[in-house]
Amino acid sequence: MTESVTGIVVENATRNFAGQQVLKGVSLAVAAGEFVALVGPSGCGKSTLMRLIAGIDRPDSGRILINGRDVTTLRPAARDVAMVFQSYALYPHLTVAENIAVPLAMRRMSAAQRLPLLGRFWPGSQARRRGIREEVGSAALALGLGSLLDRRPAQLSGGQRQRVALARAIVRHPAAFLMDEPLSNLDAALRVHTRREIVEIHRRAGAATLYVTHDQAEALTMADRVAVMQAGQILQVASPRAIYADPDDLRVATFIGSPRINTLPAEIDGHGLARVAGFPTGVRLCGAERVTGAATLALRPEDLFLADGGIPATAEGLEFLGESLLLHARHVGTGTALVLRLPPELVPDLPPGSRVTLGFDPGRALLFDAQGRRLRDTAVVPEPSLV
Amino acid sequence: MSDAAILSAPARRRGASGEAITAWALGLPAVLAYLVLLLLPTLAAILLAFTDYELGAPAFAWIGLGNFTELLGDRGFAQALRNTIFYVAVVTPGSILGALAIALLIEAGTRGRTLFRAVFFLPVVSLTVAMASAWQYLLHPSIGPLNAVLRQVGIAGPAWLSSSDTVMWSLAAIGIWENLGFNLVLFLAGLTAIPRELYAAAEVDGAPSAWERFRLVTWPMLGPTTLFVLTITMIRSVRVFDTVKVLTQGGPNKASEVLLHAMYLEGFTYFRLGYSAAITLVFLAIVLALMWLQTRVLDKRVHYG
Repeated sequence: MTESVTGIVVENATRNFAGQQVLKGVSLAVAAGEFVALVGPSGCGKSTLMRLIAGIDRPDSGRILINGRDVTTLRPAARDVAMVFQSYALYPHLTVAENIAVPLAMRRMSAAQRLPLLGRFWPGSQARRRGIREEVGSAALALGLGSLLDRRPAQLSGGQRQRVALARAIVRHPAAFLMDEPLSNLDAALRVHTRREIVEIHRRAGAATLYVTHDQAEALTMADRVAVMQAGQILQVASPRAIYADPDDLRVATFIGSPRINTLPAEIDGHGLARVAGFPTGVRLCGAERVTGAATLALRPEDLFLADGGIPATAEGLEFLGESLLLHARHVGTGTALVLRLPPELVPDLPPGSRVTLGFDPGRALLFDAQGRRLRDTAVVPEPSLV
Repeated sequence: MSDAAILSAPARRRGASGEAITAWALGLPAVLAYLVLLLLPTLAAILLAFTDYELGAPAFAWIGLGNFTELLGDRGFAQALRNTIFYVAVVTPGSILGALAIALLIEAGTRGRTLFRAVFFLPVVSLTVAMASAWQYLLHPSIGPLNAVLRQVGIAGPAWLSSSDTVMWSLAAIGIWENLGFNLVLFLAGLTAIPRELYAAAEVDGAPSAWERFRLVTWPMLGPTTLFVLTITMIRSVRVFDTVKVLTQGGPNKASEVLLHAMYLEGFTYFRLGYSAAITLVFLAIVLALMWLQTRVLDKRVHYG
């Protein structure tokens, strides 16, 4: 069935290094024209997965398909993928134009035609060289490198080098486009600017794009879908909105979002009612998921507000961010640290140590079981039965 | 804080000349060593080259370019120069290409890197004079193991070190063996410094074979290392002396005479120090020319700044 799918398909890939399982059966699909961001903390296996797809490394088990073709055992050159490396990996002895031309020259010209001096006189070489020069020119133009074609990488700024790496990747119109943290070596201002450019390049090229990053802001702003990876497993693949508002797993909920989502230890009683330190939350578990006992209630900082009655907490400090204000507080019952994002004009002066009570809309609360799995089948308890 | 800054300001101005004195004092041992051990002997050799001074002679005369005109007509010197050039021309490519090939093999292998590195480096740390005796035995025409092996396959091995046809080749082979380990270690260091991502990029870009990856990544990235190895090997092989002194003394019939051995003979056997100094200047000119080649011509082509 997957054979007919275009784009990148990874089926159940595993990879061990020195007895350590770095990838624990990862499956992922990136459709043609789709932009998927693979996000996770360092060491979670995301770069390993990318290297498997590029063919620089092989999986211990599982399959990799590109445009429906099983490429698991093929060399990188035979896979029709292009990759942008974190360090850009430009050839320092070649000019910008020669760097961009490498993927074309390697595929279209014979070994004899590529020879440094004699190659020019080999039959057919001139026409191919001309064709390559034209395509290099248009790829360079698309990235604003037109005036830099004769420079060497050492003479370029970080941002320009990054564009050369991108041009080298798009010049061949590959079926799959892999990017391994391409923005991590740029300064903050350039990074935000280049994000939009990469999305634009992706849209024009229309290839299946997998973008590895540890920066959740990059993942959320750029991708059509975000895959959250942790400890060698993909936890969830969904749209940026769904990843943020509707996470499947507590680890996804805590990884995505800044400041971090608030998590309160809760227990679920026999009627499915969730309580935090005895305080009824207004969230009730219903339907088939008959879970009782320990659970976690999670609330985004912007879903908590100051109320006349509710969760008792102690204020610990304020952080003014301009458009909003962060209130750091500590839950009285459990000692859990909490963060609230509040409109600055609504916050009274709160010296550290002052008592506050926090309210929230139970409809926006996320409930997770003891293993961190999301409990979706929840309902809001009508107000009267709260007490 | 600011009080301290005000107080220390005049002190710093007073310290400026003191600092220069300290700098000279610290540099003095090195300056002295340079003067006494390098500059003065070189100047002395240059002056000597224009005299007919002989060791123990009560006086000497300035003879201008006399020594150099004699060199031009000296067939022994011409032979020494030819042999030295031959030696450099065989040892340099032999030990560089050999070292590069072995370095690539060691780098590609997974085990035994330290072992192989040590094995090939051994000739560098061992005493050449002592090792030369081992070579003398190995290459001995009648009792040497090399000819014994050749006899097994029905070839009558030549007298490696005492036939004028083979003596330079034998010395060059020993020279390659001597220089290989040093070059190998330099190449191994150069190879480790190549970023792995470049090889990954070359593979993704479609470099079809190990040879293409070598041409696209390894060879250009090794450029600075290769240049250094090239210069150092050429200078080391121009300086060939101890194997010649121990194994052949320039014989048979000057067939293995080399520059430094000729200089040694003139200076310390015939005591013609003036003539010997002239040969030294020729040697110095060759070494300086090689260094100039490195810094002025090749250096620009291997650093991609």
